Amino acid sequence: MTELLVGTRKGLFALEGEPGGRFEVTARAFAGEPVEYAMRDRRSGRLIASVTSAFYGPKLWYADGPTGEWQQAEGVALPEGGESALERVWVIVAGESDGSLYAGGDPGVLFESRDGGATWELNRALWEHPTRESWQAGGGGLCLHSIVPWPGDPDRLSLAISAAGVWLTDDGGKTWRQGNEGLVARYLPEEAREGATALCVHRLHRARRLPERMFLQFHGGVYRSDDAGETWTDIGAGLPSDFGFPLALDPADPDSAYVIPLVADMDRVTPDGRVRVYETRDAGAGWAERGDGLPQQDAYLTVLRHGLDRTGDGSSLELYFGATSGDVFGSGDAGASWFTAATRLPPVLSVTAGD
Amino acid sequence: MALVRVRGPLKQLAGGCSDHAFEGATVADLLHELERAHPAVGGWILDERGLVRRHINVFVNGEQGGAETAVDAADHVDVLPAISGG
Repeated sequence: MTELLVGTRKGLFALEGEPGGRFEVTARAFAGEPVEYAMRDRRSGRLIASVTSAFYGPKLWYADGPTGEWQQAEGVALPEGGESALERVWVIVAGESDGSLYAGGDPGVLFESRDGGATWELNRALWEHPTRESWQAGGGGLCLHSIVPWPGDPDRLSLAISAAGVWLTDDGGKTWRQGNEGLVARYLPEEAREGATALCVHRLHRARRLPERMFLQFHGGVYRSDDAGETWTDIGAGLPSDFGFPLALDPADPDSAYVIPLVADMDRVTPDGRVRVYETRDAGAGWAERGDGLPQQDAYLTVLRHGLDRTGDGSSLELYFGATSGDVFGSGDAGASWFTAATRLPPVLSVTAGD
Repeated sequence: MALVRVRGPLKQLAGGCSDHAFEGATVADLLHELERAHPAVGGWILDERGLVRRHINVFVNGEQGGAETAVDAADHVDVLPAISGG
């Protein structure tokens, strides 16, 4: 049985089902509230959800299950009395230490929990980074949306911020440096691209079996790094568009990546009214269309940056994505074929999958 | 003492009680007192900057006010979600 946690503009939906069939909505929580992201920490079984009330601001909540008693986490705020307020928590990721979790938010902030999500602490080194004054917000705000641990090494972590690029630490977040060489901001004038830091990264992931290998969906461009995010190579050739948001990898195959192209930044829908996922198995040398079972006519969907996730790996790899149309699609065979898992949900902001 | 009235989730966070009497010279003073008395309310009405959240309205004796609106002991302050959303 696969569990999907679907964050929507109108609450969190827990779905369960088997690949190939319709998934059942087993619970709804935070009715009426935007749930940006929800995940289950596989180590503890605990659920953690990011909810941004239009009225009461962003909060993190945790519970033992989607129908359980949700408790508000503590410490998810910026220092009091400053000029900024926390706008939104975009993503929650399990760390490599016991009980460690990370959360990323707007304005470009990282929180860490060491007790499984009950209490959180702001990463001061990133918050006080001397370049912060120059960081520019993307269309969705100054969002820290990708947090990528290094398997087995809690000191090494990579982040992506839109639009402040890739950030790397080798000392557990005490110091941060940028990892942007090779990223080309085509949305800037040519003479302004060299050394630009206004870099609109849309999503970042690391290959589990080859941690130096990373993939990145950019605001125009898909990139690969073979040196842990220090430098980047464009691998977008062969895609119908290299603009998009989500990204997923097969943990069993460091040469694998999945993207869902959209037409362009000015037209953020699936190209030609066809919903297609693209897969590479050779580290971006070539891309294969994976649309069998997905809508192929008059389907202009938008899939947001956290709208795609996976569970399992190798021949058991399952992929799931949700669109702002409220549709959720899945594949139980690594993208070879697809089925409709759910329809008519509220606009989907995020999907996380587990079993 | 001035009266602060909350409802919905704010009432729950404030110990299940809707009416709270505090001393203070401004709406912000009263809201800070409310947070001190009921720490669970912290971050729900005022953000980290000390500003009333954008989609929260405060009314002083029925007239819309803000964090800096002056109050005296006979006043009552209603804290309500704004009519907004989608």
